[in-house]
Order: sequence, then structure tokens, then C-alpha cells
Amino acid sequence: MTPTKTPEFRKVITTKATGNHREHNHHKGLAMSLKFSHLLPNTLRTAASILALSCTSNLAIAQDLSTFRVGMTAADIPLTTGNPDQGFEGFRFMGLMLYDSLVEWDLSSADKPSTLIPGLATEWSVDPDDKTKWTFKLRQGVKFHDGSEFTADAVVWNFDKVKDPDSPQYDPRQAGLAAARIPSIVAVNKIDDYTVQIVTDVPNAFVPYQVSYWMMSSPAQFEKVGDWEAFAQAPSGTGPWKFVSMQPRKQVTMARNPDYWDPDRVPASDQVQLIPTPEASSRTSALLSGQVDWIEAPSPDAIPQLEGAGMQIVTNSYPHNWAIAPSRAAGSPWNEIDVRKAANLCIDRQGIDQLLGGMSIPAEGHVTPDSPWFGQPTFKLGYEPDDARSLMEQHGYTQDAPLHVKIAISTSGSGQMQPLPMFQYIQSTLNQCHFDVEAEVMEWNALLALARQSAEAPDSVDKGINGIIISRSLMDPYSAFTRLFDSHRVPPNGSNWGMVSNPEYDKLLKAAREEFDPDKQDKILSELHEKVVDNAEWIWVTHDVNPRALAPNLKGFVQAKNWFQDLTPVHLEE
Amino acid sequence: MFSYILRRVLYTIPIALGVTVICFLLVQLGPGDPINALLPEEATQEMIDQVKAEYGLDKPLPVQYATWLGHALTGDLGTSIATGRSVSTEIFSALGNTLMLAFGGMLVSFVVGLTLGSIAGSRQGTLSDRVVTGFAVTGVSVPHYWIAIVLVAIFAVGLHWLPAMGMGPRGSTGFALDWAHIQHFVLPIFALSLIPTGIIARSVRGSVSETYGQDFVQTLRAKGMPERQVFVHVARNACSAAIAVMGLQMAELLGGSILIETVFVWPGTGQLLNNAIFMRDLPILQGTILIMALIFVATNLVADILQALIDPRIRR
Repeated sequence: MTPTKTPEFRKVITTKATGNHREHNHHKGLAMSLKFSHLLPNTLRTAASILALSCTSNLAIAQDLSTFRVGMTAADIPLTTGNPDQGFEGFRFMGLMLYDSLVEWDLSSADKPSTLIPGLATEWSVDPDDKTKWTFKLRQGVKFHDGSEFTADAVVWNFDKVKDPDSPQYDPRQAGLAAARIPSIVAVNKIDDYTVQIVTDVPNAFVPYQVSYWMMSSPAQFEKVGDWEAFAQAPSGTGPWKFVSMQPRKQVTMARNPDYWDPDRVPASDQVQLIPTPEASSRTSALLSGQVDWIEAPSPDAIPQLEGAGMQIVTNSYPHNWAIAPSRAAGSPWNEIDVRKAANLCIDRQGIDQLLGGMSIPAEGHVTPDSPWFGQPTFKLGYEPDDARSLMEQHGYTQDAPLHVKIAISTSGSGQMQPLPMFQYIQSTLNQCHFDVEAEVMEWNALLALARQSAEAPDSVDKGINGIIISRSLMDPYSAFTRLFDSHRVPPNGSNWGMVSNPEYDKLLKAAREEFDPDKQDKILSELHEKVVDNAEWIWVTHDVNPRALAPNLKGFVQAKNWFQDLTPVHLEE
Repeated sequence: MFSYILRRVLYTIPIALGVTVICFLLVQLGPGDPINALLPEEATQEMIDQVKAEYGLDKPLPVQYATWLGHALTGDLGTSIATGRSVSTEIFSALGNTLMLAFGGMLVSFVVGLTLGSIAGSRQGTLSDRVVTGFAVTGVSVPHYWIAIVLVAIFAVGLHWLPAMGMGPRGSTGFALDWAHIQHFVLPIFALSLIPTGIIARSVRGSVSETYGQDFVQTLRAKGMPERQVFVHVARNACSAAIAVMGLQMAELLGGSILIETVFVWPGTGQLLNNAIFMRDLPILQGTILIMALIFVATNLVADILQALIDPRIRR
């Protein structure tokens, strides 16, 4: 833990914020401007110095070590009412800051894969006789930011918020966002003030993962303000940060919740400000000019410049994947395993890593090699163009008669990394292995629309699309495997766009869903992963490492192997 | 004069309607819909249908358009699909931010463009003419987002003189008349005014030099009129063309610049529109485009009326 929890440290922050720091910055600004100004004639140089002095002092006065600022990639402030929009960035910078869920992710380590830990529930278990019934024991003494107490009634109320259209607190926006993440839960019953029973449609061991995406808003605050629109302006949860103010599309400010139930996670900083900055080069400039202290996803070509300016670049593996999901509809050339294997052997993943400035983990399978679900697949995803060509030749494809494939890809989008340069790179190597790869380039929203239907839908068939590149979160077993490889999860029932259908996968997925011992569940999933890789089910390319750039004086941040991150230990030092 | 104004005002109605119909159809023609931005991919069909019904997206297109138009006529532009906030509130807060930039850009480009154009026009063929023309051509040709990025690289990242983005200092929630706030306007206004300055300078130069070539100028000079007074006559004759071009430039500036607002993370109408396009946020798109079309039409109308007032030839 950081030294920030001690009163002494806070004293240090306060002194520096009001004293030396201002002067320090002042000199730094002047020094930099002088460095540039020796290119100028004398008079201009004097004028420049005076101007620099007046301007930098203003910038410096505005700086304050008790508040750190984050440049997000989102274009707007995520929804503040509970379950956030803006994908996982919304969870990272809003949902998990103002709110808690019953079960949370351990984000304290950069080394081990993050696992589920108790959140607003201290323990949970499934009824051994009826595995559709779970008991969750709730944490006692937890208070919402408005002062009301968190109890079993609040959990039931929050269930109705997203599942019961007849309840006064039903919120269609949160329902759309949350209900899809807790699909198997059919009822929540209060047992006593600090115990709830969660009922599922079928036995489902993934319930703890599902409830980790379900945020608890304050019923008392909702009663007080009357509706969700007003609640959005004065949100109240139990999270480590309290809402202070928000200007749509400009910024949101949050302050430390000194009474947070987990004393280890009381924020080290007084305040944090989150600023929507969708343009990568603007984020980089904002960090370099000292307007923000932390930026999400700097573009790979800006990283040398950021490092040169003394910024910290932090990366880590996390459950993300960038791959081609091939169509397995009737008549698709990808139905031949050798073709899929050939494609996998003809992707220069190290080359992609270089293209990304080292900001990637070359794929060795569907999940990252450090995942508990990786297992020991026998098919190695190397770059073996000769082997690939001979596999293709066995099926009659040659340089003169290559296999034509058409892959849908977006120009940008959440988790898509640098989609077009990466695509061109893999296209160039695949085309040397008797493939003739064509891109169907579209905008992100259009690609999402395409992915909401299967490979057999007219949108794909009419354009001859037989592959799709859409980055995936592999946070939990459902996201990583079920929705992608279960034959029942063809859109709109899941994300199995390519219509993969393998009874072995279905059997293992059912077994994992019904295995309530986490270690045994991991074992089943690694067996599944081995099969998926050995069957070359997808053409895997890379995993992102979620680069972030932090100001030199921003301390305490530990980048967990997760889409979510903990901002509570973060603080600025002189 | 009155009937001229009335006629022009009436023209705005079919223009505004046409703009909204075209915008509505264009958005529908493209693939994708707001559901993709609203719901996670795991959302079931039932949930998608429910949300579509909630926002009226399940109705036929003509019905959707008619409903929107009906509300818009009563001043209700609806609520944003993406944020749930009122469209009018979103547009007017964004418009306020854009106007602050636009007026700054107008001031700079009108003053600089007029001055440079007049100097160049009245000294045709001299060095100052060539310098101004060179500057004007550069201003028109250089992409302003590129200039914006270069300005940020020099003045924000390199010299630390000016902020790289945003509308105000840390923690600021509104606008105040102090350097801490004003410094945020310097780079965006400079970048924004470059193109209009170039265009205005070029047009003014053209029309001033053309007027100087006319017979009446020769007559005035032959009468022995001092050169300064000759210029007043020339200016009066040339200003009609200048007003027309300034009117167009003003309308352009008021519409906001998606690129400049994106580079400087400026929460104006350009950025609002940009987000709305990616989110397929139809109410925001429709509302913003309607308001911007009305501003465009109104600005041109004012410019035309001014022209008519100054130049009797147009009234005829």
C-alpha cells in the first residue's frame, strides 16, 4: 500500500500544494521556454521570457497536487446513475469509482491475473441441493454517499431497477446496460437485512462474475430526487469516490470518500477529474503540456516522445484479444481446418508487435498465455509461411489460384488498436500464403451492427464477408468462451458471429457453467481452450497491453491485468 | 425593401425543411444504429426491441420524421438517445461554446483580412501586395487542423506558454474574463481564423483592385482629389463584395469546426455533431443540423440585407 493513508502524507501534499510546488513549476516553465528562445533575437528573447513568465505562472497556479486529472478516450462523461455506458471505460472511470457491486475484481496486483474478491457481499455460496439458488451475505455498516445504509432491501431494489419494468425505479437505460450482463438471474429475494437469495434460471456457476457488473445505486437518494435524470446530477453509491460536479462533455469531478468501507482503498488524493479527450494526439499534447496527469491509450508512435519527456508508460497484459473470427456458415472456405491453420501460420505476430512499437503481446492462443484458462494447446501459432503454403496446396490453392476471403474491419473503435495498419500487415503476409485477402472497411458503429447478426445474415452474405475483426474482452468465462463458441450463442443470443458449432465445446461449456469449484472450473475451461486452439477455431493475432502515459510525479498506480483499474492509491508528488 | 426581406425570410422555411429531410434520410441510409452504442453486444433481441420501442425507433421512417418535426415545430427537439439529456440544452450549451470561438475568429479574420486585402488591393504589384497575397494563399491552402496541431506542438508542448486543450483551467466550470481562461482561446481562435482571413483578404484585394481600375477613379484623380479620399470612394464601392464574403465566412465560423474542436477538445457544436454521428444519435444530429442551417440562412440574410442597404444597385 502507499504511504498515502497516513495523516502525515496528507500533510505533505497540502504543504507542497500551497508552497514550493508553484515556484518549482514556474522555474521549469521558464527553463523550457528559454531553451527554445535561444533561437530568437535578443529583443524577442526578452519578450518571450517575460511572456513565458506570465503565462507559466498562471498555468502553475492552476496546478494543485491534491487533484489529479485523467484524459479519457470517451467522448462524453459516462452515465452516472449506476451501471455506466461507454463500455468498460465507463466502468473503469465511473461505475467502479462511485459505485460497488456485490463481488469485485482484485485490482491490487500487476503480476497475478486479477480474480474475484468480496465487494458489498462478504461471502456467497450455492445451495448444494438446488444449484439455482445462491446465498449472498452482505457487508454490514456500509453507507451510501447520502448517508443511508446499504441493506438487502437495496439489493432487491437495484434488481428491480434493471429487471422489473413495473417498478418505479425501473431505468430503461441501466436495464439495457446491466440486464444483459446478469442474464441468468431471474429473482432476488431478501432473507434478512444482510442476506439475499439470488435465483437463476438454470444452475450457473458464472453468477459471481455476472454480479460483478451490477452496480448498486442508492434507493434513498432516488426517493429524494425523484427520477433518474435528477439522480444523474446528484448520484449516490457506496464507492470510494463521491460525485462533486459534472459538465457534460467537459469534465466530471469526484472527491475522496473518507468513510469508504475498505480502509485500504480510501483514495490517496482529495479529488480526481476525468476529462473526455477522444482524440489521441490531443491527449498526448494535454499530458505533455501539463494539463492532465494521466492519459489513456496514447498512440504507439507518440510513446517515444512521451518517454523522452519523462512520462511514465505503463502497460500490462489484460484479457483482450484481436483476431479474425472466420465464418463457419455452410459453404465457407474456413470450414476446412487446414485453411484456418494455414492462416494462423501465416501471420507474423512479431512483426505486428514491432508495428505497434512493442505495445502488444503476440497471440499464442485465444487467451493470453498467463491466463488460468490457457492450458497446453499443441497447435503452436508460429510464423511458418512454408508450412502454411503446403497446407493450402493440399486443398488446391496456389499462388495463381489463391483463396479469396473478405474480412470486415472498422477504421477505429474500442479495443480495435490500430485496425487498418494492422490489417494491411496481416493482409500482406497472408497474400504470400495463397490467400487473396480483401477488406470490407467500415466505421465502428456499422461493424457493431454487422456483428449483431450472424455470418449467415444478408448483411454479411450479400457483401461476401466471411470473416470479422472485432476485438473481444475475455474478462469472464461467458465473455471469453460461451458467447463466442457455444452453438446456442449465435446472434442475437450471443456473439458467435461465425456460427461455430462443436458439440464438444457445448459440452465443456455446460460442464464449466455447472462446476461450482473455481479451480475445477478453470481446469475445464483450459481443456476447452486447448481444443479451440488446436482446432484453429479463429485466426488469432495479438493482445493489447493497454498502454497509459502518466506524468512523472503521478505515483501509486498499479496497472492490474484487467480492463478495470483502481484509482484510489493514485496521487501526485512534487 | 420590406418585401425583399419578407421574401428572403419565407425562403428559409423550405430550406430548413429540406435540410432536415436530407439529414434524416442520410442518417438512415448508412449502416448502424444507436442501439449499437446504447446496448452491450450481449443484449438479447427482446432487450433490443424494448429499447427501440422506448425511443420510437421501431416505427416506420415517415412516422419517425413526422413525430420529430411535430415536436420540433413546438420548440421541443426531444432528448438525446445517447445521454438522455434534452437536445435543446445540449445544443445551446455547445452553441455557446462555439459562438465564443466564432466571434473571436470573426473579429480576427475581419480586421486582419480587411486590412491586408485593402493594402494589397490599393498597392497592386508592389512587394506588400505580393506578401499579402502569399499570406492569403497560404491561409486558404494550409489545412487548419494541421496548423492547430503544429501550434499546440510549439506553444503548448514545446514552450508551455499556452494550454493545449479545453476551455478553462483546472477545476473551472464556466467562463471568466481573466488570463487563465482567455489563454485557452488564443490557439483555437488563431487556427480557426486562418482560412477566413485568407479568403477575406483575397476577395477584398480583388474587389479593391478592380474598383481602382474603373473609370470613375480616374475621374476623381483627374479632379485632383487626394488619394485618401479616393480610397474612401473605392472602399464604398468595394465593400459590397466584402460583406458578401464575410457573411459566408461568418456563417461557416458559427457552424463550428469539427476538426478544430476535436484538436482542442472544445465542447462546441462541431464536437457535439461529431459524437452524434458516431453514436447515430438522431435527435442530436437533427436538432444541431436544423439550428446550424437556420444560423447559416439567417447570417446570409443579414449579409444580404446589409448589402442591399449599402448598395442601391442590389435593391433594384
